[in-house]
Amino acid sequence: MQAEVKQNDQEIKHAQFSEFVSFTVAGQAFCLKITQIREIRRWSPVTILPHAPSDVLGVMNLRGAVIPIYDLSARFGLETTEASERNVVIVVSAAGKPVGLLAESVSEIISINPEEIQETPPVDSRNTMEYIQGIISHDDNMVRIINLDAVISVPEQVL
Amino acid sequence: MSGSIQDTFFEECEELLEATDEGLSAIEGGDHDPEVVNAVFRAVHSIKGGAGAFGLDELVAFAHRFETVFDEVRANRMELDEPLIQLLLRSCDHLYSLVAVARDGGETDQAHHNMLIEALDKYIPEEEEDLTFEPMGLGGPMDIGAIDIPQVATEEKYQIRFHPLKDMYSTGNEPIFLFQALKDMGELTVSLDDTELPGFDSIDTEESYLAWDLVLTTTEPRSSVEAVFEFVEGLCELSIEGDGDAEADAQALAALEAAFGAAPAAEPSPPPVAEPTAMVEETPAAPFEEPAPAPAPEAVPETSGKKASAPKAETAKSEQRGPKPTLRVDLERVDRLINAVGELIINHSMLAQQIANLDVADVRDVETELEGFKNLARDIQEGVMSIRAQPVKPLFQRMARIVREASSATEKTCKLVTEGENTEVDKTVIERLADPLTHILRNAVDHGIEKPEDRIAAGKSKIGEIRLTASHRSGSVCIEVKDDGAGVNRPRVKQIAIEKGLIPENAELTDSEIDNLLFAPGFSTAKEVSNLSGRGVGMDVVKNAVTGLGGRINITSTPGKGSTFTIILPLTLAVMDGMVVSVADQTMVVPITSIVETMRGNDDMINNLGADGTLLSIRGSFVPICDVAGALGLRKEDNDQPPGVYLLVETETGQRSALAVDDIHDQRQVVIKSLDGVCGEIAGVAAATILGDGKIAMILDPESILAAAPSAAAFDTERRMSNAS
Repeated sequence: MQAEVKQNDQEIKHAQFSEFVSFTVAGQAFCLKITQIREIRRWSPVTILPHAPSDVLGVMNLRGAVIPIYDLSARFGLETTEASERNVVIVVSAAGKPVGLLAESVSEIISINPEEIQETPPVDSRNTMEYIQGIISHDDNMVRIINLDAVISVPEQVL
Repeated sequence: MSGSIQDTFFEECEELLEATDEGLSAIEGGDHDPEVVNAVFRAVHSIKGGAGAFGLDELVAFAHRFETVFDEVRANRMELDEPLIQLLLRSCDHLYSLVAVARDGGETDQAHHNMLIEALDKYIPEEEEDLTFEPMGLGGPMDIGAIDIPQVATEEKYQIRFHPLKDMYSTGNEPIFLFQALKDMGELTVSLDDTELPGFDSIDTEESYLAWDLVLTTTEPRSSVEAVFEFVEGLCELSIEGDGDAEADAQALAALEAAFGAAPAAEPSPPPVAEPTAMVEETPAAPFEEPAPAPAPEAVPETSGKKASAPKAETAKSEQRGPKPTLRVDLERVDRLINAVGELIINHSMLAQQIANLDVADVRDVETELEGFKNLARDIQEGVMSIRAQPVKPLFQRMARIVREASSATEKTCKLVTEGENTEVDKTVIERLADPLTHILRNAVDHGIEKPEDRIAAGKSKIGEIRLTASHRSGSVCIEVKDDGAGVNRPRVKQIAIEKGLIPENAELTDSEIDNLLFAPGFSTAKEVSNLSGRGVGMDVVKNAVTGLGGRINITSTPGKGSTFTIILPLTLAVMDGMVVSVADQTMVVPITSIVETMRGNDDMINNLGADGTLLSIRGSFVPICDVAGALGLRKEDNDQPPGVYLLVETETGQRSALAVDDIHDQRQVVIKSLDGVCGEIAGVAAATILGDGKIAMILDPESILAAAPSAAAFDTERRMSNAS
């Protein structure tokens, strides 16, 4: 009886908390809901897409599928990432199609109570505002929750 | 003879009937969505069209009634009430059985058939009735296919000498099918001429030694007899002599038959029929069924020849008349398989690399096994790929048939010239192209090609020419239907569009806009509803089908000269021969079809023209050079290192250019991966492919590279180059 109650408690706790994967991009902490992520791979050289915008690094072979890789840092208007083997590609699913996002490194999985998510205070950076859904405080650090739809929606008009 | 084509039709019939069934069920369930109604209409229409091509008159007649009634529904002139729905459902079931009868033989339930036709007729409005084609005897067999060929009531006798060349066998044709087709027309006697057979020891199993003499007594016209041999034209020595010169021939034949002891020379009388016919059908089979046959004169050599076994196999096949067993598999599953095999091959090469790196003295055994693994993986890959990519030839053959039917129904003379029959196209594409192509070709015959007298008046050859071409064009499949008819009658098209309310009366349209009105839903220039051409569903269906495949369709037309329909389809999974080159440290693939010649250049060959222009001199002629890296924005302009290799390409307009690349590595088949949905359209790139090492390579589109070349401005890719390397 006792054990059962405890289990129920945990279930309630699970229902309330959602898990996020946090990672760093250009030294800043970001996170994505774990359910949005399909897999995380080590960076390997990509094939360049000619005439592509600067935040589209190129395309990669993911088990026979051609997927585009975005440089998150450039996307957010931060400095561009010099990709190396230490970096990771976070493969997310956008409208059923896989898309890779280049991040510096993956940090950890954090459980967040949705109530803890704060709205993004207005700052004078259009790119950031557009791509950030909210922020949370985790271990005294600020983690930015990425608005995935905005990030992967329309790749900027190809030249 | 045309078994495979007919099989395909029946296979499709199944699908179309299923679609009809499904649509009707939805309608019964209360879904009166116009799209559903249209879907049913089109399905029945397609069945009718296909059945017409094979002369399945009963089926055509019934489908036509069905369609006519449904057209009323579609045009909202008739309400779909319960009794009508029930009638339509029963009619659909009857269509099933008509198709089954057409395929498997047997008897139609005439009472049921007539009852349904009567019931359907009640729904057909009066004026529509006039338009339905004439020979509509209730339930009786009718002959639409032969509208232009008057039925010859008198029997005629044909002497046919038929000597197949060996090529005929290699194309899969079988004499016995031809004979069976002839036998269906009337009384047939067959005698074998084996005089050419060499001795048993010197026989070449690939050679064709046998010839046949046939006597056919039939009411069919000569053209029908000739039609039987249509598919083996050029593959055999053939002479068909009609009654006119029968006297002399009969004697010759009599002598011939007497000489070979095949039959007594009494042609008109039936008795010889049984024996020689039996000989053809049974002799080949007999030696195999009986271990030690009494060696009949013909039987001995035949046992050793491959022809003996071939007819047997075919005979056996012809016994089970149903469609060839095929497996319909969800394409997604095949795709998954293809991807998995690709990974397997890449995985193999990585494994091989790892083993080579191992510090083990003797890895030979492992390497041998690994080699076997590699071969197996390649086999699987080839097998899986072949499931998807298929030549368009069977499709084109079907189209030839459509054109013949269409021209005989419209009393026009047309010939179909096909090109690029071996172009391999994704199976789905082929399947789904059949309907639209049929419509385009019918329209080309019906509306495009002029009547013979008009053609002569216009100073053209009496015979209209329709050219059907398939080709790979930089990562796309291009299917072109070109007729040399009158072209689009633009004033009339515009007028009709205005009448039908498709465009406002004062609309200002360019020529090509007018041409494209043909694709507008509900547009039809046909003055009357004919058995052959559509009711305005045609081009609508065509456009839907093509866009459904992710392709596009264009029409260009020159008044008096003809029209060209161009269907461009993406090759999501087709295979292409490509030349693997490197450009600015990136591996890329150039479609081999666009490359005329490759050469290694030296400074002497390069000539400057103006400030930036460079020309390559090849054997005295000068060709503009286009630096691929520059055109793709992968190299800074000040990088002066000249690329080493030139690919001479020819554009559609016949203009030549030299594409400068750094190096050529290989020439191989690559699987085309569409970049749709990955990024927008990229100038100069048609698609991507995955190379053996798992890397992605861009497949270049020479045409658009050349177009993009002069203003290749985007050098911001420079940075990403360093990331990639």
